Amino acid sequence: MAESQQLWLIPALPLLGFLINSTVGRKMSKQFVSFIAIASVVASFLWVAKTLNALGALEQPHVEHYFTWIASGTFSVGFDFSIDRLTSIMLLVVTGIGSLIHIYATGYMAHEGGYYRFFAYLNLFMFFMLILVLAANFLLLFVGWEGVGLCSYLLIGFYFLEKFAGDAGKKAFIVNRVGDFGFSLAMFLVFINFGSLDFGTVFGKAATLQPEHSAGMITAICLLLLVGAAGKSAQIPLYVWLPDAMAGPTPVSALIHAATMVTAGVYMVCRSSSLFNNAPIAMETVAIVGTATAFFAATMGLAQNDIKKVFAYSTVSQLGYMFLGAGVGAYSAGIFHVVTHAFFKALLFLGAGSVIMACHHEQDMRWYGGLRKKIPVTFGTLCCAWVAIAGIPPFSGYHSKDAILLAAYEHARPLFWIGALTAAMTAFYVSRAMFLTFFGEYRGPNPHADHGHGGHDDHAHGDDHAAHGHADHAHKDHGHGHGHQEIKESPAVMTIPLVILALLSLGGGFFNIPDWLEPVLGSSHAEHDPTAVAVLYATFILGIGLAYVMYVLSPGLPDKLASTFKGLHTLIYNKYFVDEVYDVTIIHPITEGSRYFLWKGVDAGLIDGAVNGAGSVSRWIGGGLRQLQGGNIRSYATWVVAGAVFVVVAMSVWGGVR
Amino acid sequence: MDFTLPPLPIAAIPMSAYLILSAILFGLGICGFLFRRNLITVFMSIELMLNAVNLSFVAFSHQMKQADGQIYSFFVMVVAAAEAAVGLAIILTVFKNRETLEVDEVDNLKL
Repeated sequence: MAESQQLWLIPALPLLGFLINSTVGRKMSKQFVSFIAIASVVASFLWVAKTLNALGALEQPHVEHYFTWIASGTFSVGFDFSIDRLTSIMLLVVTGIGSLIHIYATGYMAHEGGYYRFFAYLNLFMFFMLILVLAANFLLLFVGWEGVGLCSYLLIGFYFLEKFAGDAGKKAFIVNRVGDFGFSLAMFLVFINFGSLDFGTVFGKAATLQPEHSAGMITAICLLLLVGAAGKSAQIPLYVWLPDAMAGPTPVSALIHAATMVTAGVYMVCRSSSLFNNAPIAMETVAIVGTATAFFAATMGLAQNDIKKVFAYSTVSQLGYMFLGAGVGAYSAGIFHVVTHAFFKALLFLGAGSVIMACHHEQDMRWYGGLRKKIPVTFGTLCCAWVAIAGIPPFSGYHSKDAILLAAYEHARPLFWIGALTAAMTAFYVSRAMFLTFFGEYRGPNPHADHGHGGHDDHAHGDDHAAHGHADHAHKDHGHGHGHQEIKESPAVMTIPLVILALLSLGGGFFNIPDWLEPVLGSSHAEHDPTAVAVLYATFILGIGLAYVMYVLSPGLPDKLASTFKGLHTLIYNKYFVDEVYDVTIIHPITEGSRYFLWKGVDAGLIDGAVNGAGSVSRWIGGGLRQLQGGNIRSYATWVVAGAVFVVVAMSVWGGVR
Repeated sequence: MDFTLPPLPIAAIPMSAYLILSAILFGLGICGFLFRRNLITVFMSIELMLNAVNLSFVAFSHQMKQADGQIYSFFVMVVAAAEAAVGLAIILTVFKNRETLEVDEVDNLKL
């Protein structure tokens, strides 16, 4: 083994930041809290850079064993970190984007309550995410997996005094439990089959597996892993938590629910690629789930009015692409898309945050318009994200998305066509958001905007400040009386990360990630079929063109279309009523069943009945026995004598003494 | 253990007589214990039972030519002495507090 690179420092630095900010951060100034938070993450990023520099080409995974965590019989799990080429990319993305978003957040959160709490959670998230990425076995990965889930819950519910934020946090947590259940089962099966949870051991054995042996078992493992990944990465049918997760502060949406955590599922599937390669059925399932998710999420994104919701559905859709890539065997293309998506989607969210802040926490795009002159830096950077996500060559989204779709073209034509249609919709909904926000005339402010945004806004209300002893920071510059303030550009601390991300979004496609990943994940070079490429060029032209016609040339057209296809519009606008369907088919039976069967039946009837029954039987017996103790000494004496007589008689009858 | 008891003039009295006497004394003790109302009489009845048992111990000891029974009877006397000390103290306290020795009136220890 090569010399130790002290990998543990990478997650330990954000953990240190978390410990400092969570313990003393409350009493410290905002400058101190920001410094600790940013410094810990940037230091972690620098340590990653130094480590990767020292490790060089990483032909072999670099593994560091720290201690044996669990040893029980043949079951042994070490606290091991490993770096291979896949990990190196994830590490750079997580710490790099993480640093930028931390910096941005100091500007975005500057006037919010619970400042130290926010950054403590954010650092804790970085810690768990790095554990997840560095883990050298399934169980340690699961630790990170659960940890990021926890932080996601905490940060979605950051404005916990708002009921919708708390509900959204709980929803994310519970939906993820479903996925984690699948992941746990997959881990059990992995251990039963391979006798280890170590990535090296498991994947080494999986690579030499005879296909005819245990094909069913491998398929089961992979399908269960897919359930886990679907929960974390918001795939059908478990995607419902991600749109609601936008209740959290916008930097959280960017970091956790766009750039890093939600890609953990893709990372896990790619990490387990040697298992999936042995399970063609599971691969097909991954591809189909990914395609379906990409398509349906994109259609839902078409009709959303909340700017963050548009990008949330866009995230779900792009994650679907990544799964499609993994499912057709183009793992490295999937990871490539993880990286480029991290760039442009983080940028989209941060840009949206900048817009939201400029518009005094208005998130409804119908009250935007004509903002390009008022917030030019935000506009310029968002344009970079726009061209990247729309797939215009040579910007980053084009390279990764086309790598996936071309691989799908070779693998299965229907998946390609659906993917291409989705690409057109992607171009359309992003263009729609851009046109509605930055072009035309300013339509705001929202006349109904008195904190009544139906659960989608991003305020820290006065209560939140008061609850944390920050009442003096009450939001004088936003909140009530929206209309009377001018719209102004965000401070430099927010725009500089935007600019860096914009450059990455433009140029990210030139990082040759698929080649770098080839030793780990296999080749995903697809033929550049001229038809397919032509189709892909057509998609973004079509998408952007249609959006231009509908939202710039004739702004009345969308409403006309909506009333013409009323049924379809209602269906999409209400997100296919999936939440309602889940409510009726799953949540309602569970709550009603819990109430009438588990609570009133089992708990109140059976358990309470048994306890109360035991009590009343004792009382009844005691009531009888207390008659014996009447206080009359001679009756006691009679009992003593009677007992003695009984003993003597018994002994003579049954023969104690001869 | 090699020792023999000297012959007694009462050696001619059969074993059964001792046991019958012991049983009669014990029965009287029980009757007194159950039916008398005065605490002191009840107490004396207990002593009577103890001594009835002592008598049978000694009788068996003599019959079997072993000292065990006599040793036991000494134990019983020691216990009886201790019991008399404690019991009489209790009876005194009861009388001081309630000015009666009727067992049926001392019935406050009940549920």
